[in-house]
Amino acid sequence: MRRPFSRRRPGGHRTAPDRGILSTADWSQRRIRWSVLALHAATLIFLLVIGLGPILWMLKSSITPTLDTLRQPMALWPNGFDITQFATAWNKVHIDRYLFNTVAIAFGSWLVQIVVATTAGYALGVLRPRFSGVLTGLVIATLFVPPIVLLVPLYLTVVDVPIVHWRLIDSYWAVWLPAGASALNIILMKRFFDNLPREIFEAARVDGAGPFRLFWSIVLPMSRPIIGVVSVFAVIATWKDYLWPLLVLRDPDIQPLSVRLPILAPTTDLGVFIAALTISSLIPIALFLIFQRLFLQGAGVTGALKG
Amino acid sequence: MGSITEAAPATKTTARPRAARFRLTQEGLGSFVFLLPFLITFGLFAWFPILRAFVMSVQDTNLVSEPIFVGIENFQRVLADPLFGIAIRNTAWFAFLALIFGFPVPIILAVLMSEVRRYRGLYSALAYLPVVVPPVVAVLLWRFFYGASPNGVFNTILGWVGLGPLPWLQNSATAMPSIVIEATWAAAGATVIIYLAALVGVRPELYDAAEVDGASIWQKIRYITLPQIRNVLFVVLILQLIATAQLFTEPLLFTGGGPANSTMTVLLLIYKYAFQNSLGGDYGMAAALSLMLAAFLAVFTAGYYWLTRRWSVDS
Repeated sequence: MRRPFSRRRPGGHRTAPDRGILSTADWSQRRIRWSVLALHAATLIFLLVIGLGPILWMLKSSITPTLDTLRQPMALWPNGFDITQFATAWNKVHIDRYLFNTVAIAFGSWLVQIVVATTAGYALGVLRPRFSGVLTGLVIATLFVPPIVLLVPLYLTVVDVPIVHWRLIDSYWAVWLPAGASALNIILMKRFFDNLPREIFEAARVDGAGPFRLFWSIVLPMSRPIIGVVSVFAVIATWKDYLWPLLVLRDPDIQPLSVRLPILAPTTDLGVFIAALTISSLIPIALFLIFQRLFLQGAGVTGALKG
Repeated sequence: MGSITEAAPATKTTARPRAARFRLTQEGLGSFVFLLPFLITFGLFAWFPILRAFVMSVQDTNLVSEPIFVGIENFQRVLADPLFGIAIRNTAWFAFLALIFGFPVPIILAVLMSEVRRYRGLYSALAYLPVVVPPVVAVLLWRFFYGASPNGVFNTILGWVGLGPLPWLQNSATAMPSIVIEATWAAAGATVIIYLAALVGVRPELYDAAEVDGASIWQKIRYITLPQIRNVLFVVLILQLIATAQLFTEPLLFTGGGPANSTMTVLLLIYKYAFQNSLGGDYGMAAALSLMLAAFLAVFTAGYYWLTRRWSVDS
């Protein structure tokens, strides 16, 4: 069985080989070893400043009184602490409600994406009905259409959905349903299902399992790794999304953080606002720290797929 | 297991026609049910809007009255708009700057990181961290970093080494480079991870062979590492260009297209046509401009692939 995420390549090379550009002979030369180690240290410091620096600054400023942040933004140690800024952001600026909205939007988008991607991946990769080749081609074709082409016609579609004539503006369905039409999800799922051993399906079929049973009891449990990758990216993408919710969710009470924050910026006290920014970043950063492997694997996989 | 596979052809040959037809219809129905969510979402929210974009570009549509066929008038009006040339120039300028800042840095970082033997996970996590910060949060945070007064965050840092203060977003000459620096910060981590995945896939025998021939470290990087990841580099480069052509959140939230339209990008102009028009949205013009952008990107990508293919064959 070939596992798509295994660390083995055809030909038996591990993807993390025992050596890289430098050979053991290079490493044993003192001058090279020290300069390489110095380079590594410099890289680490650079990454700490660039990657962690702005986030640490945000954390510090969210508990620093506004005046201190304005007067000395780069002071390492603030003169005073003001934890109440979090409480103000949460209760008075209603970050609690917008955070809840964001979670609701992310959860719905995730559910729609998983339902569409698993069922479609199963139908196209395992059941393979007659027109599955054409349908796969149509999915791949949408990958080549830049999202910008979709923006305006998709907006008009959501204003008045064809056939059923629903107006989805100011409803979360306007975000949830289009999220399902993700070509990348379908292709990732289909590729994973293509690589599952077909003998298992044949055996299950002989034992009398219908397509539904096969999906629910065999294919879904086997596809947990790819569902994990798609889930993480679905949640993060929704959390990041700005333009689309800005267009289709006009009612301030149902808007997510990404849409509310720019509107709140001019009228909110700076310290309180930075506390609000911190709250908004906590969940994505926490998800990343928990599912780090999944994220980094997924970034490599989507990269390889694009290649 | 073995007995089942051997038994299966026997039953097939005896009752073949009926069994086959039965299985086909039953599975046909099953696959249709499984395809349904996919067909609905893609039909309504991907395939239909793509077709509609073409129809809209030759119509006068405003949601109120019935659409009227106007031919290429929308395209002509876009081309006649003085903002069109400005948006094209700005987007090209952004793409060029993004290339200068955004292309070499991830390669250098990835090559350095691929040689790290211990705690490589820590390096990758740090590099990827900015990617998971929501873009709106990042832009609003950086907008404060770019404060133009001497007490701004970046101006304070410049002050330590006796430089500045710079006007950053306030000046039409520095606004676009400022946006590019933030956008590079936000996106570089994902590119680093893609390159790293390509770098660890380089076969160690190639380095062994080069060492037998007496290659130095630089020669190994120049003649083995970079050529081996060349295809990934080409693909990332074109994807980066396609992404920069569709830049929106950053210019809208940093500067709103200003100062003096110096950060007005093509996507911002499309948004302006469709959603910031006091006379009601001009959807036809917006569709025309987005199709022109897509056509340009398609031609550009095709030409790019043709060129890189030729280079790959040559060498």
